[in-house]
Amino acid sequence: MSSTASAEDAALSSVNHEVSLSTGSRALVIGAATIAVALLLVAVKGYQPAAQATVNGLVTGTFFALGAVGLALVYGVLRLVNFAHGDFLTFGAYIALACNTLLSLPIIIATVIATVTTALMAALLELLLWRPMRTRRAGHLQLLLTAIGLAYVIRNGIQLVAGADPRSLRVNVTSAVSFLGGLRLGTTELAVVLVGLVVLVLVAILLSASRLGREMRALADNLNLAEVAGVNTGRVIIATWLVAGGLAGLAGVLVGAAVGVLTPNFGFELLLGLFAATILGGIGNAYGALAGGLLLGLAEEWSTLFIDPSWKLAVGFVILILTLLIRPNGLLGRPGLK
Amino acid sequence: MIDMISLAPLGQADFWLGVGVVAGIYSIFTLGLQLNVGLTGIVNLGQAGFMAIGAYAMAILIVTYHWPPWLALPAATFVAMLAGVVVALPSVRLRGDYLAMTTLAAAEIVQNVAQNAIGLTGGNNGLLGFDAAWQTIQVWMLGVLSAVGLGNEDQIPLFLVVWLTFGIIMLILVALQHTPWGRVLRAIREDEDAAGALGKNAYAYKVQSMALAAGIGAIAGYLLALNVTLIYPGTYSADFTFIGFAILVLGGLGRFAGVALGSILLWFVLEATRFVDLPLAADQVAALRLLIVGLVLILVMVLRPQGIAGKREEMVLRG
Repeated sequence: MSSTASAEDAALSSVNHEVSLSTGSRALVIGAATIAVALLLVAVKGYQPAAQATVNGLVTGTFFALGAVGLALVYGVLRLVNFAHGDFLTFGAYIALACNTLLSLPIIIATVIATVTTALMAALLELLLWRPMRTRRAGHLQLLLTAIGLAYVIRNGIQLVAGADPRSLRVNVTSAVSFLGGLRLGTTELAVVLVGLVVLVLVAILLSASRLGREMRALADNLNLAEVAGVNTGRVIIATWLVAGGLAGLAGVLVGAAVGVLTPNFGFELLLGLFAATILGGIGNAYGALAGGLLLGLAEEWSTLFIDPSWKLAVGFVILILTLLIRPNGLLGRPGLK
Repeated sequence: MIDMISLAPLGQADFWLGVGVVAGIYSIFTLGLQLNVGLTGIVNLGQAGFMAIGAYAMAILIVTYHWPPWLALPAATFVAMLAGVVVALPSVRLRGDYLAMTTLAAAEIVQNVAQNAIGLTGGNNGLLGFDAAWQTIQVWMLGVLSAVGLGNEDQIPLFLVVWLTFGIIMLILVALQHTPWGRVLRAIREDEDAAGALGKNAYAYKVQSMALAAGIGAIAGYLLALNVTLIYPGTYSADFTFIGFAILVLGGLGRFAGVALGSILLWFVLEATRFVDLPLAADQVAALRLLIVGLVLILVMVLRPQGIAGKREEMVLRG
């Protein structure tokens, strides 16, 4: 009993060691490069516009990071590209909307309910859909198309119930704070960023320090090996969906609160950005997705210093394609990881 | 979005002819997907983008540059195929799921350009007036048809042209399937490394497959443009590709004729929702129809992944 437990711990700690070693130094380089670009932009475009774009980029980056971490976890553990992940965000936002506007619950309680409900939905889908399909040895294409179908069902189910008209959460979108010499940030946006960053730090701690986090990463590394080492894979997979779904639901509410308007399509419209963030950080690598999300948000907002903001989305897609071409394993991914 | 058949209630026959037109256009569209997914094993999620490029190129050449249609159509097909090559060159090297994301991103970029490059595409106002030649042909066809006693329905000319086009492209593809070229595609789908070991350049074949599919998508794009008479970004929404995939899996992977079956079946179900009197607003009915598309995808994948007419082993694709 104790010998299997220690073998498992050894396997898990070797995983832990490898990840921290390979990502640590590269993360420092990327962080330094990002700061260098920010300073360069300040020098070229002036302090106020460049710094404001950076602040906006951090806001967008927080959403991308929250959404992308879940996408990366699911991909890492199950090798499933969850095309429905964007619609998980929409689902969370609309649950919060229903609690907030129909039931008149305060936004904080609505956010908690939305996060929990989306997490439960993701876990329920694992039990009803994904696990049976894996048991039947469904192929890659089968899983991909099922995820696309699921995306349609969730998004249009929401539109069927709530209609396509834009909706708003009951949050204050007009008041703003000024800081650091003329930079502006909406108070709701500020709250959103703070919540987002705190949760991202908690996720990073969960992944690196908790037993569950190590088990998740062990599964992502090699599912069969983890199973042999005694990890209860079924339980870890459910936990992965709970975390991914919860983060997606929370991200959806935060996007809805910060942007101010919700439509049933907004999650799907974010999806390619989430893919871009995930791949930028190295697909299946949750820390990478976190960094990739922040970088993507910055890149999109920085691009508005040079081109019309209506091209912002295309910038995200171009980054997705460029990353796949130049460094398909991402900034933090290990080369040769298949 | 999906309400491209905005017919006045002229009677059942005209309504179902209109459905037949759309089903035919989507059949052509999905033939390209069948070539990529079913025959070559590359998951192209950007087909709607190629359809858009073809249709916009055609309309821009005719409306803005006053090209004659007989020259604009092949030129626009060529532009779409070129776009297919441009997207394929970097992406077909990638793993299956990366390829799927890249092609979807390409289609989203096309839509973004259609919306934002207003000088070229008219932005959200779209482009009009590219179908003068077709109107002439249509009047002529109606004259001929009424001479033989078939001229009562306005939709018949387009219906005939669409399904004739489908038949021709399908026959060409079926013939191609049995050429050495088609057999190499199938070999690549089954085992790319083995095909490579036999000296076949899998990369080049995949690029060709995608270019050909893009050309087929462009043709579907022209016919859709003729059907709606206005080209704007919503006409070619990037997620129309997923309707194509629902048709593809319904009909079965690897069977070109199955595409027609899948398309007719799907559009019949989608349009039948119009006859059920539901207390729903227009956007809710649209949602219900796309919800059905999603359910079809899930149910076919879970219950009968080979589709109605397909063989089970066709679903066993490598990642």
